[in-house]
Amino acid sequence: MARRGLQEINAGSMADIAFLLLIFFLVTTTMDQDIGILRQLPPPIPPDMEKPPEVKQRNVYEVLVNSNDQLLVEGRPMDIRELKAGAIEFYTNPSGSPDLPQLTRVTRATVQDNLNKLRQALSESPDSEELKDKIDTWEDKLIAIELIGDYSELPGSALISLQNDRGTSYEMYIKVQNELSAGINELRNTLSEEKFGVPYSGLSTSDDNDKPKIKAIRAVYPQRISEAEPKDLGGS
Amino acid sequence: MSKFGRKGKKKNPEISTASLPDIIFMLLFFFMVVTVMREDDPKVKISKPNATETEKLEKKSLVDYINVGPPTDPRFGTEPMMQLDDSFAELSDINQWIVDNRERRDEAEKPAITTSLKVDKETRMGIVTDIKQELREANALKINYSVNKGSVTDN
Repeated sequence: MARRGLQEINAGSMADIAFLLLIFFLVTTTMDQDIGILRQLPPPIPPDMEKPPEVKQRNVYEVLVNSNDQLLVEGRPMDIRELKAGAIEFYTNPSGSPDLPQLTRVTRATVQDNLNKLRQALSESPDSEELKDKIDTWEDKLIAIELIGDYSELPGSALISLQNDRGTSYEMYIKVQNELSAGINELRNTLSEEKFGVPYSGLSTSDDNDKPKIKAIRAVYPQRISEAEPKDLGGS
Repeated sequence: MSKFGRKGKKKNPEISTASLPDIIFMLLFFFMVVTVMREDDPKVKISKPNATETEKLEKKSLVDYINVGPPTDPRFGTEPMMQLDDSFAELSDINQWIVDNRERRDEAEKPAITTSLKVDKETRMGIVTDIKQELREANALKINYSVNKGSVTDN
């Protein structure tokens, strides 16, 4: 049989199949990126539990949002763009102000000291869950010191208290949560770059080398954003 | 042009369609890679707010979604409503819904279940606060606020 030259394959039907598949995917999928701000809610308070002990005013960073989406931070109106700097100031108290928490210096000596005392107490009452928890906390601090060196930390009861009105817009609420997180993350990133050469966001939870580093940075700058029990603030 | 007679009509060269499926396949692969299978049709209009401090949701199979916003169908009014899975629901339905979702998963995965709140940005915090209270009562404490990645001060 004489060769007729290359026969052209009719590609028209291939295009039809491809179009069908394309339209199927266009219709059934979304380009929705699933990202968001992760939070942990506090467990529900049983109604008969007594009120938790009062925290010193200086150790609480009070953020109020009213139904007009206005911010009142520590008793003073503030613009949303200043909130990040405000949160950083609360965590680091660079000026030593008496309105902001007093940071305590954590050194290897104090940590070892405390651990020894706690371990001794544990050997005397080996079933105490409270002692075991305390030992865990101090062991985390020891890991932090080994990786970072001595550091200053917030008092254990210090927190950022966020209260919003029922009429606040969700957008404003997210902005506030975002700016507070942004402040903490900026502190964490700076520390991580200084000590490990990588920003905190670059550390991976699946890498075993990074896990103690992540723990150490979280020990220095814990994320303590607490939302008060909801109530009506009105247009405060 | 008049001196040289046209030597018979020249056939217009046919456009080769052999490369057309290639282009379509490329578009197809693009969509297959970039997009995500849509779970449930949203019955509420949701315009997500922007935020910068975001994290990706790790295991999509361990995430349950609550949509809150004004209904897409104007017959239901303009007040924000809550959608659980594929139908509207009341606050009191949240507890049972969480329990059902927990049953579906393995023991080991239960503590890692995350509830993602997709809320329209114009919604007032009243309903969101109520939903969070219900989630606390149901012990579904890991939550995620769904946002678009973008600057917060742009608006």
